[in-house]
Amino acid sequence: MSSTEPEYGFPAPLWRAIERARPPLPRWRSPLRGPWLTSVMGVVLLVGLALVIVTGLLSYIAYGPQLGQAIPPDVGALRLPIFDWPTRPSWLYRLTQGVHVGLGMVLVPVVLAKLWSVLPKLFAWPPVRSIAQVLERLSLLLLVGSILFEIVTGLLNIQYDYVFGFSFYAAHYTGAWIFIGAFVAHVALKLPRAVRTLRSRSLRTELRTPLAATLPEDDDGSGLVAEHPARPTMSRRGALALVGGGALLVAGLSVGQTVGGLLRPTALLLPRGRTTAAADGGPNDFPVNRTFVSSGIDVTSTGDGWRVELAGAHPRQLDGTALAALPQHTAQLPIACVEGWSTVQTWSGVRLRDLAALAGVPEPASALVSSLEEGPFARAALTSGQVLDPDSLLALRVNGAELGLDHGYPARVIVPALPGVHCTKWVRSIEFRSA
Amino acid sequence: MRRLYGAGTGHLLMMLVCLAGAAGAVALVADDPAWRVMLVWFLAAVVVHDLVLFPLYTGADRALSTVTRRRPPLGVPVVNHVRIPLLGAGLTFLMFLPGIIRQGEPFVLGASGLDQSPFLGRWLLLVAAMAVVSALVYAVRVLRPRSPDGEQQVVHGQREQRLGGEPVPDLPPRQ
Repeated sequence: MSSTEPEYGFPAPLWRAIERARPPLPRWRSPLRGPWLTSVMGVVLLVGLALVIVTGLLSYIAYGPQLGQAIPPDVGALRLPIFDWPTRPSWLYRLTQGVHVGLGMVLVPVVLAKLWSVLPKLFAWPPVRSIAQVLERLSLLLLVGSILFEIVTGLLNIQYDYVFGFSFYAAHYTGAWIFIGAFVAHVALKLPRAVRTLRSRSLRTELRTPLAATLPEDDDGSGLVAEHPARPTMSRRGALALVGGGALLVAGLSVGQTVGGLLRPTALLLPRGRTTAAADGGPNDFPVNRTFVSSGIDVTSTGDGWRVELAGAHPRQLDGTALAALPQHTAQLPIACVEGWSTVQTWSGVRLRDLAALAGVPEPASALVSSLEEGPFARAALTSGQVLDPDSLLALRVNGAELGLDHGYPARVIVPALPGVHCTKWVRSIEFRSA
Repeated sequence: MRRLYGAGTGHLLMMLVCLAGAAGAVALVADDPAWRVMLVWFLAAVVVHDLVLFPLYTGADRALSTVTRRRPPLGVPVVNHVRIPLLGAGLTFLMFLPGIIRQGEPFVLGASGLDQSPFLGRWLLLVAAMAVVSALVYAVRVLRPRSPDGEQQVVHGQREQRLGGEPVPDLPPRQ
């Protein structure tokens, strides 16, 4: 181990007593564990997880906290700088949320490998020699606990498994802030050493070193290098390839749910690797955000008697025929969901800004869209920019055909870059607000 | 400072940043009746990973190394050809568990209109495919002329034969 004498902080007798009470501990044998390998994975996670954090926080903003749609609603001191989520580029949320979920999944093998590489330190003896080390151990509990918590809740949520029994949004947001605090502290404390360690060995040389020439790293006193290493069964480049291969495997099994099209079926093990039960390749054969059956809407309310109610300076009611008689606009737009999946389709219908003008509010400050459905996501508020975008539609048709019941017949909202859950289906009314 | 606390001021500052993040986050869910369940999941995640999953897979890997290192039967070590498909199977099983064991099916059905029936079969096929590919790569390594790396593998094998089939002793203890 380290050649320096152990130093104790205050109160030294306590830390010495802990050191003397050493229980039998496992012996670590891997010849590959070492500061360089840990640093390589640490730097990958530093860049990757920073992207996952930023895209995750952007998703919170995309929901429209300023319209009262933040989940969780009250975040106290952890308020983000709120801005109106843009409508351009139309694939913005598709990109940010696809990166959040997709990269978050791809990094799972890297996180597991990083934890493998440092786990001996959990059992190092003595566990602490000072108050500083007590705090650092606590911070590591928060770091590891929160990253695992975020991975587990995220993976369960994208597979619609709500076995945890608490609000996903509240828990994932809370876990995120615990992680952010612990991540910042960990990076600040470890990055200088990681950079030094990375410079101590050449990646290029490692990638040329076969198994037979693979030797343990020099012990730098970090406690990562085994005292009695076993003979390697894998080269260091092999270990890196194994972790990278795991990440590639996960990428291959998840990218299809976001890219869609011909690649969708490659998301073999995810619910969004499939389109619909019919899978007939027809105009309505793309993933459904929520089925008509599960909406609980009475099917007769979508029939001939259906009207969309426009509230504003000149309230109006329009039936399907009247809507079809208005100028129609067609746009190719994605539906992109918080679960990271997305699908691009060609939608046709009436521009929301035309409806706003009809209702006598040509420059609305916001709009509230309500569905025939009852429930938490049965209404969604839109910003002024989202109503006025020329591609924002009350869609009546998709891919040249009438909307299917599962896709929101008789009419649904589709707005560029808006999270899918706010593209309200089975629209009952739109209230255009002037202030 | 160093004497009393055991590290520099920067360290203490970062610890405070970490604790502040956690305190702010905890305040968010303090009024949520489910906070205890969240805490249990948070701690269970650490305990299950560090004290169940990690010992299980390292223990399995040690057992695998012990079994396979006695003598490479065909001159090429077999250990990684078992280890890698097993890791792939374990990783995909853990990450896609809900679909494989059909947990939460009513919600999947309500959200997508689809059930979870295909996933177990697909996962088994994927595991079988990884095993087959690994076995094929092994066969190629056994049959092909030795590459420079392979030569060194053979050198290992010769060293083992010189020692009467006993495994080469571990590397010397580090200073």
